[in-house]
Amino acid sequence: MFLTVIEALNEGFLQTLKLFAVTLLGALPLGLVIAFGSMNKFAPLRWLSRVIVWIVRGTPLMLQLIVIFYVPGMILDQNPWAVENGRFAAAAVAFILNYACYFSEIFRGGIEGVPIGQQEAGQVLGMTKSQIFFKVTLLQMIKRIVPPMSNEIITLVKDTAIARIISWQELIYAGYAFLKGSHGYAGLFWPLLFTGLYYLAFNGVLTLLFGWIEKKMSYFRS
Amino acid sequence: MEVLRVENIKKSFGKTEVLKGIDFSLGEGEVLSIIGSSGSGKTTLLRCLNFLETPQEGRIIADGETLFDAEDKTKLSDAAIRRNRLHFGLVFQQFNLFPQYTVKRNITLAEELLAKEKLKKEGSYNGYTTLREALAAIDEKAERLLEEVGLLAKRDSYPCQLSGGQQQRVAIARALAMEPEILCFDEPTSALDPELTGEVLRVIRELKSTGRTMIIVTHEIEFARDVSDTIVFMDEGVVAEMGPPAQVIENPLNERTRAFLARFNER
Repeated sequence: MFLTVIEALNEGFLQTLKLFAVTLLGALPLGLVIAFGSMNKFAPLRWLSRVIVWIVRGTPLMLQLIVIFYVPGMILDQNPWAVENGRFAAAAVAFILNYACYFSEIFRGGIEGVPIGQQEAGQVLGMTKSQIFFKVTLLQMIKRIVPPMSNEIITLVKDTAIARIISWQELIYAGYAFLKGSHGYAGLFWPLLFTGLYYLAFNGVLTLLFGWIEKKMSYFRS
Repeated sequence: MEVLRVENIKKSFGKTEVLKGIDFSLGEGEVLSIIGSSGSGKTTLLRCLNFLETPQEGRIIADGETLFDAEDKTKLSDAAIRRNRLHFGLVFQQFNLFPQYTVKRNITLAEELLAKEKLKKEGSYNGYTTLREALAAIDEKAERLLEEVGLLAKRDSYPCQLSGGQQQRVAIARALAMEPEILCFDEPTSALDPELTGEVLRVIRELKSTGRTMIIVTHEIEFARDVSDTIVFMDEGVVAEMGPPAQVIENPLNERTRAFLARFNER
């Protein structure tokens, strides 16, 4: 029995990891794009970015998942997500959009948090804009964004559980299955509790990783 | 020989006119200090000279070359602005050292980037044809400059490990590394504890003795009197009085200069 449970939980955890990784890969660059949009000199673009961030941050992720998964099917004749891996794709889209907006605000804070004097010091020394960005401000930005990013990324690990609302079979779903009755077992509560250990262990690894990154950059103050 | 001429510089931010037509010129090896109350436009003038702000009117001529002319409506290219900036060095009130680099790297960074760029595009930099030779020369110069400001022993420290006075001395060495014709100081001691201003002022005095051309915005009236050939008193965006220290500070002709100095002496 224990092996069956562990096998099922491992499979669920793998799916959780998959959603986590895909969300990070998509949301990090998209977040940077939105951040630049919300700082753009061109007002319409700036407002568009800020409205998107306002909507996405202002509504529950669970609602966004439901809307992204069900609404296209209500408008079109058939649900575009009704394909192999469709649920995963829908969940990934919702998570990427949602996290990109949160990341964009962290990026914006990091970029705007570097004192303007740093840029000006580069300018008066004759450096180009790209030299100033890559050689002067980038590392200072990274130092600023690591603590809030680690917070957000650890939240993401746990938020992946919300994807079960559209029946994406992630870790909690796998644990819950034993309570409902599947794999030939019913009424087993401990597998669900056991999922907590997976989250805890994974977030423990992430915490160590971010702690290491912060330590690497603790040699300077900005 | 005249190294800088500034003609009729006007600069507004929105509706606020900060500079209302500034004229002055500067000879080689001369030191010009700008005094005046906060908001009189001193810092804005320095920022215009360093192309951190673009005046709406006026001309800036360095070494006979017109760097900026508001009449000329073609927008200066980024490359031209960079070239213009290299005529000037600027030492900031807040030092603005790069916190992630060591003291020495702060000094070598900009010139290394420039050398790499020139070697790639033109095949030589300052007479060096290989990167290795260029980098060695840049390194050597950084050590010499650190020696000059008395901080060679701190070359591998990070800015956060230095006192404010030491940081400002590194900032001076960093500005000198680009070999500007005119070195500008924007209230270089205003962010320092009183006991740390001396070491920075001493470095500036030494630069004066080596014949460096400088423009110094400062609130240190005594220092300005000692070190300057010319004092400019600015008030509400105009040059209210200009002349040798013996005139402007000891014997001001202008009523507003007198009022300013009187307020200063009260402290």
